[in-house]
Amino acid sequence: METGSVTGSPEGAGAPAEQPVWRGLEPGLLRVRRLLLVVWTGVLAVAAGLLPGLFAGPAWAACALLPPAVAAWCWRLLERNWRSWRYTERADDLLISRGVLWREETVVPYGRMQLVEVTSGPLERRFGLATVQLHTAAAATDATVPGLDPAEAERLRDRLTELGEARSAGL
Amino acid sequence: MTTPGHTGDGIPERPPVTERRLHPVTPFRRAWAPLAVLAGWAVHDPNGAQEQLTRLTGTMLLLGVAVLVPAAGLYGFLSWWFTHYAVTDTELRIRTGLLFRRTAHIRLERIQAVDVSRPLLARVAGVAKLRIDVVGTDDKDELAFLGEREARALRAELLARAAGFAPEAAREVGEAPARALLRVPPRELARSLVLTGATWGSLCAALVVPTVLWLATGNLWTVVASVVPLLGTAGASSVGRFVTEFDWTVSESPDGLRIDHGLLDRTHETVPPGRVQTVRIVEPLLWRGRGWVRVELDVAGSENSVLVPVAPRAVAEEVVARVLPGVTVPRELSPVPRRARWCVPVWWRGHRLAVTGTVFAARSGLLCRRLSLVPHAKVQSVRLTQGPWERRWGLADVHVDTGADKTVTARLRDAQDAARLLTEQAERSRTGRRSALPDRWMTTDMTTD
Repeated sequence: METGSVTGSPEGAGAPAEQPVWRGLEPGLLRVRRLLLVVWTGVLAVAAGLLPGLFAGPAWAACALLPPAVAAWCWRLLERNWRSWRYTERADDLLISRGVLWREETVVPYGRMQLVEVTSGPLERRFGLATVQLHTAAAATDATVPGLDPAEAERLRDRLTELGEARSAGL
Repeated sequence: MTTPGHTGDGIPERPPVTERRLHPVTPFRRAWAPLAVLAGWAVHDPNGAQEQLTRLTGTMLLLGVAVLVPAAGLYGFLSWWFTHYAVTDTELRIRTGLLFRRTAHIRLERIQAVDVSRPLLARVAGVAKLRIDVVGTDDKDELAFLGEREARALRAELLARAAGFAPEAAREVGEAPARALLRVPPRELARSLVLTGATWGSLCAALVVPTVLWLATGNLWTVVASVVPLLGTAGASSVGRFVTEFDWTVSESPDGLRIDHGLLDRTHETVPPGRVQTVRIVEPLLWRGRGWVRVELDVAGSENSVLVPVAPRAVAEEVVARVLPGVTVPRELSPVPRRARWCVPVWWRGHRLAVTGTVFAARSGLLCRRLSLVPHAKVQSVRLTQGPWERRWGLADVHVDTGADKTVTARLRDAQDAARLLTEQAERSRTGRRSALPDRWMTTDMTTD
């Protein structure tokens, strides 16, 4: 499977439960996000160039350079953020880690899962991506894994459901 | 949990369910609504109301009454006639609605709390409201009104069935005997309210703001418009709280915890065992000298959050030990590292944490201390967050999410401790569940793993 950054034990799927295998997100997600960035930068650059250019004088059209400059910085940020997302299925819980500046790690014991949701919007589908979201009885639980391969998302969903049933605990 | 009224679940032989109606006084519960609307209009526009009144002739008035009263009466009667409820082995079913039919099936083993409340007028009429808290129920799922004795019998029956008694036995089990744990004397309650900052704050605001406005504008209406809501807040936080929390009694019964309170509107709440998600011990600054605390609790789907309005600390801790079996309130709380003062300047001293074999206890606040307790069995997920400034100082926050949509946070822990805490807490949350009571608390063979 083509994943972004697989660290941990090199044996892959056959690793024992004690050595969790970290899985990253699909590179497709990064492509989607960068595509969106480029599209919005284009729109903003046109707006930032046209409006001051028309109303304040042609020299002000140089404002159009501002959005691309910011976008170039965001281009790198997106990659760092994408690289920071990873998850691992441990023996009894799912561990999701994400964020560069604002780091967040979430642990959800399988027994507490109320619902596993797989969603895929039109743009995500076009790039072959799906999002898995876990819900527990606590609304604050923010356990979402975006940018998964649809097959992997389904595998994860089935596995989580199966483990959740085996260890079901509820409220 | 409510489910739309599907006809039949595919099970052909079901025992006949006897449906019951609410108390006949129910149609009158909304009788004051048209009067209130008229009164509101008259107050809002006094001149217009007077004008309209003079124009009204005797025949017009009679005609209006002749149409309105029967129409309102018919509506009230029909909505009462079409409301049924029934108790089956596993569910409470409420069928209601004249035009828009609505059927709610409430699963009894999911009951989080049962409230019987008697507002003042209902007490005069000898009726009561019964409400079952299940995650996701709303105001429509309450049974208003039932005869007082009927409400009690129904509560006992629902609790007995939820506890796992056989259906035939459930009716005969009757009310479980209750043993009083604590009763708050009115004098102590009054003193505690006097010592509450919010009471004085709202009173001062009610005096100062109108005076300033009077001096600044000299407009009487502005002053009146500001003084009314301010006095309302002041009244609600002092007299209102006294009336609601009057004669607060906490007792224990095999059905769970009983909380009875109220001077005019009496409320009787029952929380079955194992439903409490978090408990908070609140210690306002002015109460500390007397050693008083307030105890709040969170139950999923229930809005009442006070367990003990005021009590000496030792008594309150005893009650907490009853509510969360096997839990002792930790005395020794570990402080946060000294470098945390760069993240949260003065208040860093207030943040403390203790993890025992049964609870995760996090304290926060400097003036008003709040100690939140979460039994490990109630933890739904654990999160660790760290912002850039916190990372600079090697600190991190650990959040523990519970089923009552409350998150308890241990702030500003040492980053390595926090990481260890995260994994350990996940482990404890998983194993803690094994010792928990089953949903049907009187059955012992259905232990969850």
